Amino acid sequence: MSGTQIYKVYIKASPERIWEAITSPEWNDRYGYRGRTELDLRPGGAVRGLSNTGMIASGAPEVGVDGEIIEAEAPHRLVQTFRMLMDPGTAAEGFTRLTYELKAGKDGVTSLTVTHELTGAPNLARLMAGEFEDMGAGGGWAWVLSDLKSLLETGAAFGD
Amino acid sequence: MTFESPNVEGVDDDDRVFRALADPTRRFLLDLLFARDGRTLTELESELEMTRFGVMKHLKVLEEANLVVTRRNGREKLHFLNPVPIRQIHDRWIDKFTGDNAGALLGLKHELEGE
Repeated sequence: MSGTQIYKVYIKASPERIWEAITSPEWNDRYGYRGRTELDLRPGGAVRGLSNTGMIASGAPEVGVDGEIIEAEAPHRLVQTFRMLMDPGTAAEGFTRLTYELKAGKDGVTSLTVTHELTGAPNLARLMAGEFEDMGAGGGWAWVLSDLKSLLETGAAFGD
Repeated sequence: MTFESPNVEGVDDDDRVFRALADPTRRFLLDLLFARDGRTLTELESELEMTRFGVMKHLKVLEEANLVVTRRNGREKLHFLNPVPIRQIHDRWIDKFTGDNAGALLGLKHELEGE
């Protein structure tokens, strides 16, 4: 492992719609881990990923992910720190760096690239690579982005 | 470029993924990146009995299928395995067969076999 994971997905949607699906709490709890995430989109602004009722019922803290905005250039580039608090093992690894890049292409298709710099966070790296999916911990970034694509293109996420 | 496919116009993302995977060298390159990604062309080339140009051609096919994503790091170009297209195939096809449909087939098999 190089310590960095890169995921790229092509979605038939405008950069603005995808940006909204990532940054607006009305959208970002409708796919993937389905936790409502609040982002204060200015440098130094807070990121708070709230656990959903199912996660809290299984012992997760109220704030499951926290971080800070480093750059927010709507609708093309979002850089933030990211710490997973769901599990003591990932919480202890501290903050990692996460970058979303959106690029409009041909025929209304936008590419979304997620770069997660995970050096020093081996537990989180395994979680985001989907290694704990069979334990019910979700399929990581590939799963999240595949679900996001499905939601934006068909109006339905996998759990709908 | 010509394709044998009856649907020449509509070469979609899945077609590119399956074509990219239908080659042992390209699958081997993906295995290498799965074991450790962020590798340069030179590092990948050293694992294969093939010219640099040949490896570049295979990496290009993998990039076009979105199975490999590259990133510049100074003068180096690093290659990363992108699992999202395989995940999409999993979500679209495998889930379908492991869900209700597979259940129905198993039921039929039991019925036919008199269990």
